Amino acid sequence: MKIFKNFIIIFLLLILNNVYANENSERNEITKNLRCLICQGQSVYDSDSDFANSMKILVDQKLDEGLSENEIYVYFKEKYGDWILYDPGLNKNTYLLWLLPIFIFLFGGAIIVKSFILKK
Amino acid sequence: MKKKLIPYSIILIFLIIFAVFYKSLKDTNIYTPETKINNDIPIFSADLLLLNENSISTEIFELDKFYLLNIWASWCVPCRDEHPILMSLSKNNKLTIIGMNYKDNKKNAKSFLVELGNPYEKIIVDKNGTNSIEWGAFGVPETFIIYNNKIIKKYIGPLNQELFTEIQKIIK
Repeated sequence: MKIFKNFIIIFLLLILNNVYANENSERNEITKNLRCLICQGQSVYDSDSDFANSMKILVDQKLDEGLSENEIYVYFKEKYGDWILYDPGLNKNTYLLWLLPIFIFLFGGAIIVKSFILKK
Repeated sequence: MKKKLIPYSIILIFLIIFAVFYKSLKDTNIYTPETKINNDIPIFSADLLLLNENSISTEIFELDKFYLLNIWASWCVPCRDEHPILMSLSKNNKLTIIGMNYKDNKKNAKSFLVELGNPYEKIIVDKNGTNSIEWGAFGVPETFIIYNNKIIKKYIGPLNQELFTEIQKIIK
């Protein structure tokens, strides 16, 4: 019986711990993909600057208002431009970034096909 | 054919790398967001400093009038430097100056205005910094020129004599 009780306690502790961690997970997910503009090289999630803290509050507010993750990204992109997102969309400034790896992959693949497979 | 391809591709790769490095040589690594002008101003409601009342953005910004929104704080040193310029801009009847008090203590903000003068017609209180993010600002001081509910100009950092004449020209 005692083992069973202990087991229940541990089980509850683990469950509640999980609940606590999940509360902010959506906000954390979003702020990890937002760049802190005044602290170079840090995400809003990592930073504790004034700007980042205000951003966190605003993300919470927007989530409360019922905006989805993507709508929040669009909202910040409108205000600050593409730079605020760590995962920029495809546009005229970023097409090289997105397409170059695919071209390199295809080029390498073509070399492999030509020199190893077609040779046989 | 194959023997020629290798040196050519090496040269090509070096050229690409050179072009990328040469282009980034001119870019600064300090990022300033592209000045998004002709954006509509955000709709918000906020408390007003000095008046102890709440106001909404449509009450503050009327159509067919020039507004200057200045984000400031009493703890911000560059704000102190640009304050005389705001004071002289406030003498112009065509321009209404609205202040936004950024993450500040009310008492300090009031004594700042007593010490240096108050160029603002209304002062919006931005206690947690979210309002200034709605405007697309990211620090203090920052200045926006607004006409017909659109941001027509945005200045990051303190105003100076040069910008003063520029603003005078815009509102003429």
